[in-house]
Amino acid sequence: MKQDVTRDAEQGSAGGAKPDVVLPALGLLGTLRWAWTQLTSMRTALFLLLLLAVGAVPGSLFPQRSANPAVVTQYLQENPTSGPILDWFQMFDVYSSVWFSAIYLLLFISLIGCVIPRAIAHFKAVRSTPPRTPKRLSRLPVHGTIEVPAARARATGLTPMLAAEQAAALLKKRGYRVDVRDTATGTPSVGAERGLTKELGNLVFHTSLIGVLVSVAVGGLFGYNGQKVLVEGESFVNTLIGYDSFDPGSNFTGDQLDPYSLRLDSFDVRFDREQESHYGQPLDFTANLTTQDGPGAEEEQQVLKVNAPVTIGGTNVYLVGNGYAPVVTVRDGEGDIAQQGPVVAVPSDGLYTSLLVIKAPDAQPDQLGFVGFFLPTAFVDEAGVSFSRDPDPFNPQLNLNSYYGDLGLDDGTPENVYVLDTDDLTELNSRTTDDGGIVLGVGQTVDLPEGKGSISFDGLQRYVALDIHHDPGQLGALVFSTLALLGLSASLFIGRRRLWVRTAEGTDGRILVEYGLLARGEDTRLAGEGASVEKALLDRWLVPDGPVGENGQQEAGASSTAGGGKPNTITKDNS
Amino acid sequence: MTSPAAVPMLIPPVDAELGQLSELFMLLASIAYVVALIFFVLDLVRSSSTITTLESRLAGEQASSARVLAGVGARGAGSTPGGTTTPPATADDSMDYGAGPRRGTARIAVALTVLAAVIHGAAVVSRGVAAHRVPWGNMYEFCTTGAFFVAVIFLIALSRKDLRFIGSFVVGLVVVMLCAATVGFPTPVARLIPALQSYWLIVHVSIAVASSAMFTITFAMSVLQLLQSSREAKVLAGKEDTARFLRLVPSALSLENLSYRLNAVAFVGWTFTLMAGAIWAEQAWGRYWGWDPKEVWTFVIWVVYAGYLHARATRGWTGTRAAWLSITGYLCVVFNFTIVNIYFQGLHSYSGV
Ligand code: HEM
Repeated sequence: MKQDVTRDAEQGSAGGAKPDVVLPALGLLGTLRWAWTQLTSMRTALFLLLLLAVGAVPGSLFPQRSANPAVVTQYLQENPTSGPILDWFQMFDVYSSVWFSAIYLLLFISLIGCVIPRAIAHFKAVRSTPPRTPKRLSRLPVHGTIEVPAARARATGLTPMLAAEQAAALLKKRGYRVDVRDTATGTPSVGAERGLTKELGNLVFHTSLIGVLVSVAVGGLFGYNGQKVLVEGESFVNTLIGYDSFDPGSNFTGDQLDPYSLRLDSFDVRFDREQESHYGQPLDFTANLTTQDGPGAEEEQQVLKVNAPVTIGGTNVYLVGNGYAPVVTVRDGEGDIAQQGPVVAVPSDGLYTSLLVIKAPDAQPDQLGFVGFFLPTAFVDEAGVSFSRDPDPFNPQLNLNSYYGDLGLDDGTPENVYVLDTDDLTELNSRTTDDGGIVLGVGQTVDLPEGKGSISFDGLQRYVALDIHHDPGQLGALVFSTLALLGLSASLFIGRRRLWVRTAEGTDGRILVEYGLLARGEDTRLAGEGASVEKALLDRWLVPDGPVGENGQQEAGASSTAGGGKPNTITKDNS
Repeated sequence: MTSPAAVPMLIPPVDAELGQLSELFMLLASIAYVVALIFFVLDLVRSSSTITTLESRLAGEQASSARVLAGVGARGAGSTPGGTTTPPATADDSMDYGAGPRRGTARIAVALTVLAAVIHGAAVVSRGVAAHRVPWGNMYEFCTTGAFFVAVIFLIALSRKDLRFIGSFVVGLVVVMLCAATVGFPTPVARLIPALQSYWLIVHVSIAVASSAMFTITFAMSVLQLLQSSREAKVLAGKEDTARFLRLVPSALSLENLSYRLNAVAFVGWTFTLMAGAIWAEQAWGRYWGWDPKEVWTFVIWVVYAGYLHARATRGWTGTRAAWLSITGYLCVVFNFTIVNIYFQGLHSYSGV
């Protein structure tokens, strides 16, 4: 029987293709046909699925450019031999690689080739009558017979035809599609079928997968996402120049941006102060924003949290990071202010030990640069190493090295604001020089050696890192995946059953009713269904409709023999 | 227009005392499981020897009428010495109770498992109450709650079918998970970091844990299925039956059918896990799918089990091959839960280790 199922599935999938296809000598058209048959066979689908699983794995083993390009660059530097080879195989861009795309595109072509013929077959099945009644119902996995004694049949006027019609009505009520046939013969029968939703569910499931893929593609084509770091008090306007970095989809056009604005009024952080084991673990991040949906619109106060994005102007704004921005003033050798304001420090651990770079390209006579770290709660250990002891700013401190020379900002090449290339610069002081570099508490100022200027640590602000996304495919992905889930459940849990009833009159006027059930696919509840149908039939014919004397019932004393096969007689070839 | 899903600011502090009580319960539950495990193993040994004695007695009575091992719930005729064509004896395929002889030891084992699960439940619940949140926020909690789900799902299945033959396996796994939690990832009760403060944690992780628990049970069945089918082939080929304890286990075919049904349910659960994870990822990180290592492996698991379901409908792929796919899927689940959580860098690095 399982063979049956298998054949059904394969026929459905490949329009009746034989699995063991011999290479045909049919020219181009024939070869194409043959290739198509192969591609849409169940075996190929299975193979491609497994290949997809294997193909996805390297993306978790190697750093991916899409997630973090810097890590990939670092990996390539650290592995000068294997790195480029891996890169050639697109191991750092697995999910956009040629080979991964080939796997899933083939899979989806196979899927389409599989779904269309099956949808047509299903459409036909829905419109056609249930299949013809098998000759011998006793061969079916679940079957039984009911006898209505002659006396009872006579009393109720039951004929084989009437019994068949009544059985059909009863089955219809139980959700079967029914068809009464062989009415001209002495042995009329009923063909019944239910659970076509199972196949429908399967089709919906597979089709929805295509929908999900298309939605993802739409998001990739027409969506965009960008990043912006906002220090308290700063504003962002949703225009191309407003972003720190911007990643448009391939069909993005600039006029898609809706010029709304956001201001970070304040950023509140709460750390765990009660539990020793988790002391200093973050408990809550809240960004208070003032938003304005376009230049003329009214201002609005909004709260942004980690798991609760703000929706504005067709985008979602997410809180993806935060840190400290020490406010510094750099004066140059001539005593003029060369640089002033908050500098974003990038946290490197949970205690907000942060790295920062300060560039003062306007300093005279030489440009100045600083590299170092910021500690919210600075402490010095026995070895003399400074470290942060707490994420809250109880003792904020800047530890910096200073440099002068050409910062290389003037030639117009884009520069990473978080990196200072010190190769072409001259060191003024650092932790290894006699003065120990620059150590600054809030409100302090340090003069640079050689009269190059000074730096002061004026205060501390917080900043948030925002991700701003527009994904027009998102809703589609949600709708289709939900449909997929529903279709999948229907497909896996609905039993598809066929049931036949044949009636006949015995020589002495008894009415003989024979029934048999068949499941398509596995169905452990088939025997139970057989039993309840039998009980319903018995009730229908043997328990009088109206108030009939008890005798009538006794006399009826119908017998039934149910059974036959075991509930789960689906045997399979395990070869 | 912020989502109301944001967790309120004022969460009461954790209850450390209750947390310690929970750990004590966890220890007691582990002990009870270990004892249950001992009884399950004892039952295997005993029943196996009971059958052997019965068989040899039968073989002795061969002269009269060599009747089948009626009381043992055996399906085929016993492996009569020299008899080659009869299939090997297996437990009743229906896996209903009452088919075989009474197994007192197994009853004790099940009773102990129930007791252990009750204490275990108390431990899990008190941990959640102590932390004022669902008890699945770090590796310790994934392990302990996961083990609880495995035990409960096994007991539910046990109430409908006689699956005592995998008792030692399943309870053994529960013990391993509890040991891993207490030895490998001891974590005192704590609140959740902001990234985990979402209702999706409740939905996404609970379904993931429940599905994984079901995959655990089907994994056990698939392993047994492979052992059983190689034994069946061996005995049919006239070789000696070396894995006699497998007579307590149903035939390979019925194991396959039952694990298919469980896998189907677990697969739907996993599909939902994947979707809920994507929705959550969209809220937390701004994209519903980003091929983060954890997402990659969740996807790989999903595809492997989809492959399994396909295999069941592909000629030549049912039976042994399908069982291998089910085992592969489970190995991926374990990998995703251990190696990926601990060693892989990604956005999901909150597992508290
Ligand atoms: C994106 C790739 C695919 C995925 C993820 C997938 C997934 C699934 C899943 C999970 C099932 C079991 C649930 C159900 O019955 O609905 C299934 C069933 C099925 N799939 Fe696919 N499928 C894919 C592609 C294909 C292709 C290409 C074919 C055709 C060659 C195909 C043919 C079938 C058939 C015939 C069934 C029914 C099996 C049965 O009766 O048990 N699928 N698929």
